[in-house]
Amino acid sequence: MSESTPTAADSRRLAEEARARVRFEEEALELSDQVYRVARRLVGTREEAEDLVQQTYERAFRSWRQYTPGTNLRAWLLRILTNLNIDRGRRQQRAPQTASLDTEAGDYFLYNTLEAQGENTDEERVLERLSQDSIVDALADVPHDFRDVLVLVDIGDFSYADAAQILDIPIGTVMSRLHRGRRILKKNLADSVVPTT
Amino acid sequence: MIDWCEKCEEMMQPFLDGALSADEVAKAEKHLETCHWCSKRYRFEERLRHYVRIAVSEPMSPELKAKLAALRTPLN
Repeated sequence: MSESTPTAADSRRLAEEARARVRFEEEALELSDQVYRVARRLVGTREEAEDLVQQTYERAFRSWRQYTPGTNLRAWLLRILTNLNIDRGRRQQRAPQTASLDTEAGDYFLYNTLEAQGENTDEERVLERLSQDSIVDALADVPHDFRDVLVLVDIGDFSYADAAQILDIPIGTVMSRLHRGRRILKKNLADSVVPTT
Repeated sequence: MIDWCEKCEEMMQPFLDGALSADEVAKAEKHLETCHWCSKRYRFEERLRHYVRIAVSEPMSPELKAKLAALRTPLN
């Protein structure tokens, strides 16, 4: 038998690796809806989100060996995605990072504003005064550092710890940006109901 | 003197995130039991988070799904 002939052990190893790869790709693809949902709100347009998700999967499938089985694959994919998004220079970002934050309102501000708009103060009825478009726009107008955290935690359902790992920032920063981001979002929503002059 | 409604407003986000200590949760709950004004706003925030999540969810196109599936390593 020549040295180049694969041994039975080699063949088994290759077959195992092929199976592990297929398993990885299937698991990653099962998460694609969730990955897209987050991507769509990290960037301004559907086209950008689609490009970003496609690039993420291309990169993930190339570097699949770097993923540690048993760890959070969704967070691993989002880490790739947010890095790619930063590499792209966050083109066409709607909200400048220098957006004025000094108008930040408290957590009850939105409810108080909406409540003042009508007679029915039932929470559900008050909420219906917000349109879907106004919510999408209000989120898009949150400065991206705050929005990234907001989207990962409140839309993507990631923990503070996962968001910290994905964005490579301390957990305390995740918490402060999240709290502030939610307040900015609510201020934007309140402004959509009562346009400021 | 502590303004409990103000304190409750500050605690709302960490309360709903489950990020408060047991002691803080007890304090917030005690106030919420008797303060209709704050409890209404807490319930609104809970509903708002759910509402926002639904409002901004956009399904992936079948075309993108097909493109991603095509990236898989071909089986020999």
